[in-house]
Amino acid sequence: MRLAIIDLDYGNIASIRHAFARLGVEADVTADPDALRAASHVVLPGVGAAGHAMERLEARGLVNTVRGLDRPALGICLGMQLLFAASDETDRACLGILPGAVGAIEPGPDRPVPHMGWSALAVTDDGLGLAEGDYVYFAHSFACPSAEATVATAQYGATTIPAAIRHENWWGAQFHPERSGAAGARFLQAFVDWQP
Amino acid sequence: MPARRIIPCLDVKNGRVVKGVQFRDHRDVGDIVENATRYSAEGADELVFYDITASPEGRSVDTGWIERVSRVIDIPFAVAGGIRDLATAGAVLDAGADKVSVNSPALARPDLIDELAAAFGAQCVVIGVDSMRGEGGYRVWRNTGDPDRADETVNHTLDWLREASDRGAGEVVLNCMKQDGVRDGYDCKHLAEVVEAVTVPVIASGGAGAPEHFRAAFEHGASGALAATVFHDRLIAIPDLKRQLLADGIEVRP
Repeated sequence: MRLAIIDLDYGNIASIRHAFARLGVEADVTADPDALRAASHVVLPGVGAAGHAMERLEARGLVNTVRGLDRPALGICLGMQLLFAASDETDRACLGILPGAVGAIEPGPDRPVPHMGWSALAVTDDGLGLAEGDYVYFAHSFACPSAEATVATAQYGATTIPAAIRHENWWGAQFHPERSGAAGARFLQAFVDWQP
Repeated sequence: MPARRIIPCLDVKNGRVVKGVQFRDHRDVGDIVENATRYSAEGADELVFYDITASPEGRSVDTGWIERVSRVIDIPFAVAGGIRDLATAGAVLDAGADKVSVNSPALARPDLIDELAAAFGAQCVVIGVDSMRGEGGYRVWRNTGDPDRADETVNHTLDWLREASDRGAGEVVLNCMKQDGVRDGYDCKHLAEVVEAVTVPVIASGGAGAPEHFRAAFEHGASGALAATVFHDRLIAIPDLKRQLLADGIEVRP
């Protein structure tokens, strides 16, 4: 396999690269469209703001490349949010691989924002390497719309947060599998092993 | 609220983990990577590393050990100490840290918080505060890594933390200096005022000595509780602590 992580100059690329390395998979970190198309698996990472991330994808000429990927691809955290058509965080269009808009999580009593920490999952897809009740690590202030693609959720106060999605060749994780202990490692292994 | 987090804090001095009492008399407690690995395996939910010499000495954190830690552990960790500009924060995150925590440099130049949040997102930016009751209530202290340079600022703790979260900090670590290293319990009254004052998660720090101190912090609204002495000296084992908290009805990651 050839795993490529899309290089958007984000801060958390190293932790994702290190997590795959612990599974014995060395990743290329690249912004080269040809390298992305040649990879067997692609990861769209993301921390930071949606507007900045889309700006960087556009500046590198990668928007159509990412939309056109037909190999297994995984968006992590903001990377999953970018798969939707829009985000309340920015006026820029997002990738539009899935319909709908990402929205802000409203803070409330006993519900600080960002949603930061370990939440238990409800899982509806047995191909994710995840089990019902697994705790995984979240760090986000915006959440994806509930969609047919949702395959795992986490409860945050009264809000049900889509925690993982699957759609055609795309996987998405709102949580950080690279920092989610054994459960996160199982999820990354399942992605690496997945045969569409 | 997600599961409440148990967060060992590792003070780093000259590349080793150390621990002091009320910020003085630091003694060596071991290798950074060995400590990080041990805590991760024992069920810690997150780690915080404070390079306690970086800020007072005006130098940045060394990134070599950050990469070594990032390679071996699979839980999130924050790095604090000497992060006073975007380039340094970027280098720390590039080395594999998940968050940066800023304290004295943000007091010196509050715009740093806005810049970090815009570049890396609020969830990457932790504001650390050293708080102590003085005349007219709790005030913020700075340069607390060096007893000879530590001093009280004009900032009232609640005002400063509201400003910091408005500027984009995504989390607060509230360190109550009177409690630091003395194992007498967190300052829960002050903790509760801070939880009330901001909408971001608040981590309690300073004073943990017994499992019931963690429970009290969580009952007063802390999202996480940070401790050093009780973990370094093996006075409390994290698996035992989590079992006790679960038995007391507090959600933690098993």
